[in-house]
Amino acid sequence: MAEDVTTRQHEAYTRIHASEEFSLLRKRFRGFAFAGTVAFMAWYLLYVLLSSFAVDFMSTQVVGNINVALVLGLLQFASTFLLAVVYSKFANRRLDPIADELRNGYDKEIGR
Amino acid sequence: MSDSLLTSTLFLVVVAITIAITIWASRQTSGTTDYYAGGRQFTGFQNGLAVSGDYMSAASFLGISGAISQYGYDGFLYSIGFLVAWLVALLLVAELLRNSGRYTMADQLAYRMRQVPVRTAASVSTVGVSIFYLLAQMVGAGTLVALLLEVDDGWLKNLTIAGVGALMIFYVTVGGMKGTTWVQIVKAVLLMTGTLLITILALAEFGFNISEMLGQAADQSGEGAAFLEPGLQYGTTTTAKIDFISLALALVLGTAGLPHILIRFYTVPTSRVARTSVQWAITLIGFFYLMTLVLGFGAAALVGTEQIASVDPAGNLASPLLAEAVGGGEGSTGGAILLALIAAVAFATILAVVAGLTLTSASSVAHDLYANVFRKGRMTEADEVRIARIAAFVIGAVAIALSILAQDLNIAFLVALAFAVAASANLPSLLYNLFWKRFNTRGAVWAIYGGLVSCVGLVIFSPVVSGPVTGTALFPDSDWSYFPLSNPGIVSIPFGFLMGYLGTITSRERASEERYPELEVRSLTGAGAEGAVHH
Repeated sequence: MAEDVTTRQHEAYTRIHASEEFSLLRKRFRGFAFAGTVAFMAWYLLYVLLSSFAVDFMSTQVVGNINVALVLGLLQFASTFLLAVVYSKFANRRLDPIADELRNGYDKEIGR
Repeated sequence: MSDSLLTSTLFLVVVAITIAITIWASRQTSGTTDYYAGGRQFTGFQNGLAVSGDYMSAASFLGISGAISQYGYDGFLYSIGFLVAWLVALLLVAELLRNSGRYTMADQLAYRMRQVPVRTAASVSTVGVSIFYLLAQMVGAGTLVALLLEVDDGWLKNLTIAGVGALMIFYVTVGGMKGTTWVQIVKAVLLMTGTLLITILALAEFGFNISEMLGQAADQSGEGAAFLEPGLQYGTTTTAKIDFISLALALVLGTAGLPHILIRFYTVPTSRVARTSVQWAITLIGFFYLMTLVLGFGAAALVGTEQIASVDPAGNLASPLLAEAVGGGEGSTGGAILLALIAAVAFATILAVVAGLTLTSASSVAHDLYANVFRKGRMTEADEVRIARIAAFVIGAVAIALSILAQDLNIAFLVALAFAVAASANLPSLLYNLFWKRFNTRGAVWAIYGGLVSCVGLVIFSPVVSGPVTGTALFPDSDWSYFPLSNPGIVSIPFGFLMGYLGTITSRERASEERYPELEVRSLTGAGAEGAVHH
């Protein structure tokens, strides 16, 4: 059997799990994390498919020797940086306060 | 090509600094939390640097810039997959894992499942992935050092591999996670600084005009405009295209299943700091890959694609040769200094990465197999740390022996294989465990072994191992390559997920489902998560 917890810990976890705050935290987290994952995976796979099956399009010159392939590649970098920053802002504002409150409640209940 | 004395001196400086760090760290390591997780006291920035240090292997530093110098745009495709992959770690894995585990990847499975089967399976895949990765780095080290010091002697190459192995065993057994983390931090700073310096010098040669650099790279490559477009390395047949998509999947899904990356998240005090670590890692790794783009195209433009291939056919020496060129060229003092500097940075990179991998395997063997499977948790912390040190020694020795035997294997292939196994065997059970209540022991065990066996099995029956297709197969004269792709990910990753699903729905495990709410609360809020150690 897995790692053991005391009855008191188990009760605290059960209480938190049943709370509305926790449902909200889970809903917000999953909403962002799943939507974000679908979005960046789709965008990445589009890029990979274009690189394999649309070489002519990717070879179009944009400016000087810089072509669409390079621009799209750099946009993958930009979107990665952007999503990381947006997630961080989202988590700080919408997730952390609820998580902190629930954790503090747990600590009080268990007495640490 | 190089000034061997200068290069050797800088190598020794790197070795001396890292040994000093390791000894310092060993004085502050007492219990298991120190040994496995560095006391969980690292800051987000420190751990971000260490994560980057663990991730930016010689394969990325030398391999990607080398691939760009040889195949142009196609080399760049690797960096994009390697970077985008961090979003999986950021959004789905890092924080939840930090809150629900202690020392190893297996911990979060063991939280709600039967210890013995899941820990055994997770340990097998941890050691498997790490050994593939370790072999790639050590084989690379042998080749690199031999080329840089201009010793083209099989015996000296073996000695280099043994030397690197001995140092890595020293870091891990003496310094534990704290020492290894500081070695990563120093290495990451050296690597970023060295790369930035060469990038700026290379761009200056073209008046900071990127278009001009690309134009000259295309001219010097002998391929013309095709050098700047996709398709040079992966070819145009449908099989080649599917193979490339398969590789792209393994790269993007493998990172968040690499055990040596996952255990980095245990070295920080809270899940929030784990998030900050990933933010820093994305920033540092992203800028690093942007710089390798300049290094690769710059090397093609200033050194020449053929010239690079004449020194090493895989192009692995593109960055060192570029450093020599921007320093003033062959024979100049500036060229010799920059070349020696970049060589030393590459050496530090290899040392740090192999240490991280050895520590990961040793932790899993000691914590998962010995302490929890063999002794059922009945042992002292001091005992467990002692076993971890012995395991590090044994794994290091095995890695040295295998690397000496495996010297002819293709490095890029070994790295891609490690990513494919991580994505197929580790990621499914990790995600199912965090997000699927019904998931259970049989599901986890089937997912891990199914992913592992299908991945390695498909490679054995691929053109990489046998047959005349690739020209670099291990057994070119006999042909059992029934699977047409070199990269197994497109089949083995869905297979890992499928096996996890089938294993779960064909068995019922009440305990695992009952404990899921606990795991969920703990992973999302950090309530009851392991804290930092205060000395």
